[in-house]
Amino acid sequence: MNSYDVAIIGAGAAGASIARELSRYKLNIAVLEKEAECGFGVSKSNSGIIHPGTQNPPNSLKGRLCVQGNILTRSIAKELGVDFQEAGELIVIFDERDLPRLLELKREAEALAVPELRIVDRGWLKENEPNLSPEARLALYAPTAGIISPYRLVYALCENAVRNGVEIHTQAKVENIISLSPARELNARFEIVTLKGTFRASYVINAAGLYADDLSRMAGIDDFTIRPRKGEEFILDKKKQNLTRHLLFPLPSKTSKGILVIRTADGNPMVGPTAEDAKDKDDLSTSDEGLKKVFSSVKRLVPAIDEADIIAYFAGLRPVAGEDFIIRYEDKAPGFINVAGIQSPGLTAAPAIARMVCAMLKKNGLNLRKKIIFHSKRKKPIHLFNIPLSKTQRFIRKDASFGDIVCRCELVSAREVSDAIAGGARTLDGIKFRTRAQGGRCHGTFCTTRLMKILSQETNTPLTAVSKRGLGSEIVKEERTP
Amino acid sequence: MLEKDLVIVGGGPAGMAAAISAYENGVSDILLLERDQYLGGILNQCVHTSFGISYFKEVLTGPEYSGRFINKVKAIDKIEISLKSFAVNLTKDKILTFIKPGLIQKLKAKALIMATGARERTREMLHIPGARPAGIFSAGLAQKLINIEGLLPGKEVVIAGSGDIGLIMARRFVLEGAKVKAVIEIQKQARGLVRNVVQCVEDFEIPFYLQHKISRIYGKNRVERIDVARVDENFQEIAGTKFQLECDTLLISVGLIPENELIEMAQAKMDKKTNTPVSNELNKTSIAGLFVCGNAFRIYDLVDSVTKDSVLAGRQAAEYLIRGSGRTIPAGLK
Repeated sequence: MNSYDVAIIGAGAAGASIARELSRYKLNIAVLEKEAECGFGVSKSNSGIIHPGTQNPPNSLKGRLCVQGNILTRSIAKELGVDFQEAGELIVIFDERDLPRLLELKREAEALAVPELRIVDRGWLKENEPNLSPEARLALYAPTAGIISPYRLVYALCENAVRNGVEIHTQAKVENIISLSPARELNARFEIVTLKGTFRASYVINAAGLYADDLSRMAGIDDFTIRPRKGEEFILDKKKQNLTRHLLFPLPSKTSKGILVIRTADGNPMVGPTAEDAKDKDDLSTSDEGLKKVFSSVKRLVPAIDEADIIAYFAGLRPVAGEDFIIRYEDKAPGFINVAGIQSPGLTAAPAIARMVCAMLKKNGLNLRKKIIFHSKRKKPIHLFNIPLSKTQRFIRKDASFGDIVCRCELVSAREVSDAIAGGARTLDGIKFRTRAQGGRCHGTFCTTRLMKILSQETNTPLTAVSKRGLGSEIVKEERTP
Repeated sequence: MLEKDLVIVGGGPAGMAAAISAYENGVSDILLLERDQYLGGILNQCVHTSFGISYFKEVLTGPEYSGRFINKVKAIDKIEISLKSFAVNLTKDKILTFIKPGLIQKLKAKALIMATGARERTREMLHIPGARPAGIFSAGLAQKLINIEGLLPGKEVVIAGSGDIGLIMARRFVLEGAKVKAVIEIQKQARGLVRNVVQCVEDFEIPFYLQHKISRIYGKNRVERIDVARVDENFQEIAGTKFQLECDTLLISVGLIPENELIEMAQAKMDKKTNTPVSNELNKTSIAGLFVCGNAFRIYDLVDSVTKDSVLAGRQAAEYLIRGSGRTIPAGLK
């Protein structure tokens, strides 16, 4: 049985950030992920906003981590070759009677040290956000808000962590955590039983998203519950990419930041999310009501938005444990750290969470010695859609398979698909999130069979084992019987 | 820059017929681009019969029909065929860029015929609420999986929509030993040809629900079941009519969209509703010398009509080139 200094449960934005941060040190680290790929839980449905730190409760942990994370994400994105765009956000009001509430948001954010906030008027809005409703009166402008691809960030963090020696075990759902007390040896305070075997670790970090409460309970800590809160999102055709310039927010409510008009890292406008308490942690279904709610709300912000431009839709679940994040070293289970309830702004806060967890580990006895060589950088994956055609020749000359086009809608080559698989893609969704193949207007009608064949060949698995997102979601049932 | 008299994008039945027609009408410098590794386009996966009844007065399978054109096109040395070649950019000056393994090529075409076919409408365009598991296919993708790749997508199938490919796939799945639970069509009539309704659905006693829609999809990893409900004149669900069907596969067959993104890129005038170029004459666009034919021009029920349309486009391109060269158009153009 392998023993590790640290086992991290969950390879979402939080787990991956912690793994990458810890990989700076001379430690044996294992990440245990229940899904077929990293980022396939809560993170894959994240909207990709790097929040400036507004709309957080005063003095909250998540507010503080969000502001720090906004700064840290920029350098991490640069090091790991992930695109980060500083778009800026506007929290819009339609009635000047709401100004006191807007000023309160501004004061609260300033108390958290959110920089460069200001109230902008109708004239400014008209000039700088022309498609915003003419009824919008004023807005709180936070220029440091940004956009990133949530899954590409998680993949980059994981690839870089692996480069620096971290082991990632996928399809390794944790079934039980056994505290070995008294600790039999230094490296074995916990035995973690998973579907991929048993792992021993001295420290366990629970970053299990929606299931963090179950995992915590296994370690004997039973004082919080994760309640899933569903959000439905709708992606619009890229032809509408100039619809808005900033991320547009209405005044926030108690439970959410409201229904937003934003855009994805690839430039598609995206509207949503709803915020409905869900019963089932597996329920990612979308609804007619969600569609109606989102569009009636966003059309008030931007009247030009049209349902006819929808090209994709999905739902995600936020792991809610209360008002704030739960990030704590559990004295009742020495060696166990909970990183739970990481809902919005979790993606933004993740790098700051990682630093906080490192400090906790150090304080509680883990010897953090820096490696002599830490590979801080990751080479940015090449995507033809990001390269002007004039420069494409250079890549095709270097490798002919850059000229072997697999996906017609998004211009993805066989080489990019191979690179995605080399980076950890094991499913068609994983290939889609990394390369955009299947993500365009034909939704994979053209490229699915080719992708299946490349995945099958390069991972040496039969075509019948190729899946959408892991076991149980295989694309075909069987080979034809001749 | 490399120059070509005529470039044809698409090596399916439309592109091949256009190429042959242009050659027969005097064009001697033709480049035919096909993105797949074979000529023939979608016909390669249409192993059923009923092609060619009007054009050849014979009953052929898809590969037999396309085979006749492939042989002819290959025998003409003035038609250069470039396979695995994706056209990625087109300007209004008819400068076309295509990519193939090892090469990106920019060229200037005196005339262009776009024979780029159509794509299927998808589940995403229908807004069916519910889960998003594996097991949802466009009918054409299911056809490709079975007929080209030799893989069976599923064993208990429901077909949403009654386009021709969906109807044909209903029969195909039955012949493969799968159970087809229902064909569900929101309209009052089938979308596809009557002969396909009879031969592919009725003859196999597959339940066919008109004025019904799929109102929800269930299943965590794979499709498990769907809700079906009757709709009124405005396609709204009628309360109390909902029932469930268990299935592992849902095919979507709700029509085709002409694939004209390159023409749009070249800034030709487009009809946003049909996704086809606007022009006063058959097969023409608002850009002189840029022609369009086959399903990219208009969605046809029969490949025979695609061929006739494309023969005309080939002749029009030949006329355009001859006029441009200052020669007079010979009488008796084919």
